[in-house]
Amino acid sequence: MPVAAKQHELYQTGQRDMPRKALDVAFKLEYMSILDEHGNVDTELEPKIPAEELKSWYRWMLMARRVDERLLKLQRQGRIGTFPQSAGHEAISLGSIVALNKENDWFVPAYRELAGFLYRGWSLETVLLYWMGLEEGAVPPEGVNDLPICVPVASQLLHAAGIGIANNVRGDKNVVMTYFGDGASSEGDTHEAMNFASVFKAPVVFICLNNQFAISVPISRQMAAETVAQRAIAYNMPGIRVDGNDVLAVYVASKEATDRARKGEGPTLIEGLTYRYTPHTTSDDPNRYRSEAEAKQWKDREPLIRFAKYLKNKGFCKDADFEEMEKEIEDAIQTAIKNVEEMVKKPPYSDPLVMFDYLYADMPPYLQEQRDELAKHLGLGGDAEEKKHKADAVGRGV
Amino acid sequence: MAEMNMAKAINLALHEAMTRDDRVIVLGEDVGADEGVFRITEGLHAKFGDNRVIDTPLAEAGIIGSAIGMAIYGLRPVAEMQFSGFDYYAYYHMEMHAARFRNRTRGRLTVPMVMRAPYGGGIRAIEHHSESREVIYTHCPGLKVVIPSGPRNARALLHAAINDPDPVVYYEPKACYRLFKEEVPDQIETLPIGRAQIARVGKDITLISYGASLRCTLEAAELLEEEDGVKAEVVDLLSISPMDTQTIIESVTKTGRVVIVHEAPRTCGIAAEIIARINEKALMFLEAPIKRVTGYDTPIPYFARERAYLPDAEKVLSAARETLSF
Repeated sequence: MPVAAKQHELYQTGQRDMPRKALDVAFKLEYMSILDEHGNVDTELEPKIPAEELKSWYRWMLMARRVDERLLKLQRQGRIGTFPQSAGHEAISLGSIVALNKENDWFVPAYRELAGFLYRGWSLETVLLYWMGLEEGAVPPEGVNDLPICVPVASQLLHAAGIGIANNVRGDKNVVMTYFGDGASSEGDTHEAMNFASVFKAPVVFICLNNQFAISVPISRQMAAETVAQRAIAYNMPGIRVDGNDVLAVYVASKEATDRARKGEGPTLIEGLTYRYTPHTTSDDPNRYRSEAEAKQWKDREPLIRFAKYLKNKGFCKDADFEEMEKEIEDAIQTAIKNVEEMVKKPPYSDPLVMFDYLYADMPPYLQEQRDELAKHLGLGGDAEEKKHKADAVGRGV
Repeated sequence: MAEMNMAKAINLALHEAMTRDDRVIVLGEDVGADEGVFRITEGLHAKFGDNRVIDTPLAEAGIIGSAIGMAIYGLRPVAEMQFSGFDYYAYYHMEMHAARFRNRTRGRLTVPMVMRAPYGGGIRAIEHHSESREVIYTHCPGLKVVIPSGPRNARALLHAAINDPDPVVYYEPKACYRLFKEEVPDQIETLPIGRAQIARVGKDITLISYGASLRCTLEAAELLEEEDGVKAEVVDLLSISPMDTQTIIESVTKTGRVVIVHEAPRTCGIAAEIIARINEKALMFLEAPIKRVTGYDTPIPYFARERAYLPDAEKVLSAARETLSF
């Protein structure tokens, strides 16, 4: 019987619970690793996943890595804006998202889950549009229940809790997976979200990408606790730390969590210990706060290399398969960049007046006036003229 | 027709909306068994149960943040802030998310929710329970802000807010909850958001107000007629954002004299915005400078001094006389 309930019973029967003593509290916290950096696998814990599916996981992870690398180059060339890289987080992102049911479950991301976005069907074009500074890049694809990137850290966790509570209100059986970083774990919203989710037994899986740095601030300055996972104890939900670079461990923990959630057993907190191989964003210089030696140590625990070893050892992939994937991904990225750079020259992407069009279901008169004012300023007259000039507005309004 | 006070009229609208649409749910602190500290949610928990009348943990960001998720999921949450003095925690979610999802996703995800909050002074409340900060929501693109002034428009505006496809802040002048009764029709009515009402027809001066201050504004209008033979027109804004500029301008072009009354602090308040709009559209019709009767630029004093802070009929009357004799 839980300690508090036992005490309540004693009081009910007129007994007193004295003197001071240690409470017998049944808290547990687990750590899990299935596939290590040398490709060794714990065969007892190893999940039984069909070869083709595992291959596709690897492909999404590889694609996320290659897109990330290309985005950095585009940023350096001035073709996209500031963006936060995600290299190193492919296993925690992909290993968790694959535990969701693609039709009905919900993906409530932060901003470093590129592999997850791609897996859920966000096109490369959409990803590029976002980092080119266009809201159109935040439009979720049709057919999935996804929220867009969330920049204000931790706030998305409350939306996930609300979605989970709404699921219960409607008697549905969907699961919500939501993401945050170690820095976000200090925000009040994180605690409110976990509290709400556990009080209402909401089907939410909280995934913490603990890459040990919130920009420059190390995890030791973020919290005095040893793990993020142990915070689950306070909310009476299971908490587990996994090797965040081990896609199999992330998957097994996530699958257990989604199964529990779907059975109505409430939320779970999964902390994936990982490392950001890159700066916080393209504007950051990590040499100011991290050592080369530390970065090197984490490079040896890289998520893609060990997964490739595993796929080869199992006989699921040959060298030629990896080469083919690389080529196919390179082509897809090239095509997407070409497409997007053409797209943005035309409306609606080139049209600054769109800023007014989606604020309310019906545009209020004062907003229409301001829209007209800007249209006039940009030399966009009546409808026909407006269309003609919209393309020229690139560079002025956008 | 039934006669009722504003608290009862808001409660009636909640009963009606929840009966009509099972997506409408109520959440907040003490809204369940306790039926709200002002009893606005009376009878809801008994009728609709735990699932649709949700007592939440005590966390305003949590209430509004999770209401956003619920709205995206497909519910129509009506979230209660126990007092507007505590909704600053929630403001972050209203500004960062409720107001922006439609725009960010080009209409793909929307947040049809209502944030209700009792606001304003006049009930001798404890500290931090009497603020009037509607302007912070008015300044936030993507939100709508409505404030009723009486039982009938309170019920109609709440229906409009719940039906609205976008997030609406519904501020309740708590001093009016049980101040007076009014006939409320049997049939559900709604008022269009974005429209003001002419609460009293006149031709000599325009008095503009909303919420609890409308009462003293109307009183002043009566006194002006009795004592000075002046016919004052009173505009009840009802919708603070979007604001009904047209009704204001039509009245001002008729009267040429304006006094604006609200209990929120003066600097960058609603009156300042109204004056700017009159300047832009009707400056040449003015016969006198526009006067403001507002709360002062201090925190609303603790209750022993709050009456001196709040607008009253005497203050409105003297401002109107100054304007008329300019």
